[in-house]
Amino acid sequence: MTLILSPLAALGRNVLSILATVGQMAIFAFHAVTHVFRPPWYWREFGQALIQIGWLSLPVVGMTALFTGGALALQIYSGGARFQAEFAVPSIVAIGMVRELGPVLGGLMVAARVASSIAAEIGTMKVTEQIDALVTLSTHPMKYLTVPRVLAATLAVPLLVAVGDSIGIFGGYLVGVTRLDFNAAVYLKNTVDFLELWDVTSGLIKGAVFGFIVALCGCYFGMHSGRGAQGVGRATKGAVVASSVMIFAANYILTEVFFAA
Amino acid sequence: MIRLTDVHKSFGRKQVLRGVTLHVPKGQSMVIIGGSGTGKSVTIKSVLGLVEPDKGQIEVDGQDVHQGDRDAFLARFGMLFQGGALFDSLPVWQNVAFRLLRGALKRPKAEARDIAIEKLRRVGLKPDVADLFPSELSGGMQKRVGLARAIAADPEIIFFDEPTTGLDPIMAGVINELIREIVTEMGATTMTITHDMTSVRTIADRVAMLHDGVIQWEGPIGEMDAASDPYLQQFIHGRAEGPIEAVRSAASYSPRPRCWRCWGCKAVCICRSCSPSPCAVSGPVPQTRAFWRGCRR
Repeated sequence: MTLILSPLAALGRNVLSILATVGQMAIFAFHAVTHVFRPPWYWREFGQALIQIGWLSLPVVGMTALFTGGALALQIYSGGARFQAEFAVPSIVAIGMVRELGPVLGGLMVAARVASSIAAEIGTMKVTEQIDALVTLSTHPMKYLTVPRVLAATLAVPLLVAVGDSIGIFGGYLVGVTRLDFNAAVYLKNTVDFLELWDVTSGLIKGAVFGFIVALCGCYFGMHSGRGAQGVGRATKGAVVASSVMIFAANYILTEVFFAA
Repeated sequence: MIRLTDVHKSFGRKQVLRGVTLHVPKGQSMVIIGGSGTGKSVTIKSVLGLVEPDKGQIEVDGQDVHQGDRDAFLARFGMLFQGGALFDSLPVWQNVAFRLLRGALKRPKAEARDIAIEKLRRVGLKPDVADLFPSELSGGMQKRVGLARAIAADPEIIFFDEPTTGLDPIMAGVINELIREIVTEMGATTMTITHDMTSVRTIADRVAMLHDGVIQWEGPIGEMDAASDPYLQQFIHGRAEGPIEAVRSAASYSPRPRCWRCWGCKAVCICRSCSPSPCAVSGPVPQTRAFWRGCRR
């Protein structure tokens, strides 16, 4: 009996711990959102976060999108050949990139780059008493550290997704024209004809949600970092894992909401 | 000025403060001494509201620290942290002028910079340090920048958390002298935490010794050496023998055995043999099958 109960008890403890973390994150998110609408606002920190999260993530998101677009074109071509649907490559690449792969891969790359960086930075600030110092200098850590990052990520990631979508479609175009012998003009026409505004908009909304999740996880895990290098390491790992899982979960929910009907 | 009455604070099962009662008169320099982990930092963090006490009252000028306008309350304080706690992403002058660049005390940027350079000069640093980043400074220089930041807005109350820890004796002496000069010059009320008896003798008007979560002794610096309290005497003379348990002998030390079935977990163990928690069982650690059987859930 004990052999059966032991793993179940351990599982129960872990589930309770995860639920507690989810609850704390929800409260943290609520505070972050409410602080967005209340002064003071730290515009300089917002600007810096915008550059860090948006501008400096551009190369990694662009490269990911370029290669994904190219690989997608090859896959659709070889898969589509089984039922004579090779002509669908441009439209499926465009729809796939804009609706799904652009936002999700862009979100994941930002999660890897930004959530880890935010969690490590804020975690180190906590360990070295810099957050206590902020409080003694009459500065609210939520307003000074969390709000600028969350706001910047929520605005910057949709822009990154838009750029990533374009580069991904261009990757498909390059492969289509140079490797699969598509006519350049026909490829572009098919891409434009089959793409609808809602395809693009839904991807950008996903990007905003993913950006919010990434910055929130980075800030939450940083603020709740344990002591020492090990504590900061755990916070960093937690931020990346949590934001990645939450991006997939949010992606499914949003896709269900946007396209199930 | 600052009055703590019966302040208690626990972290989990560890009771750090067990009823601290202390009064710091206006304009006086109070130094709190005591061994590591006795709750000195928790005491001053409680005054600042960085730590919420479980019980007891803390007042500044007769007003409860947890009531009223928090920003106005904190604007009266300056604090030098043990490690400096300088913001890595900001240059030195913006660290010093942090409070003057935002919030209620905001000044024009040029004026804030001038004040920062003046405060840096006051702690013995040249103006060319102003544009460096904290990572480019030595430990002693970082402490001085921290000190300049603590006094930048001319606060009424200043806290110093182990101001000389990690510094060489000469730099420690320089920092001690600086603190004494600044405190005298500004007429501020100060609380300092330290283990360093040279700091105590240089900085203090009054001394309080914290031991086992309570104030063991408190009085003017002039009476410290003649005091009969055995705890205080052992501490200020750095003796290994005395009422403060300093060294745990190897013979009496035995690591707390853990129930290995709990996979060394730090969570509360529910197995009967280990009850009550935590995962400790009496006697030697029998890593055997018999023990395994005995440790039933």
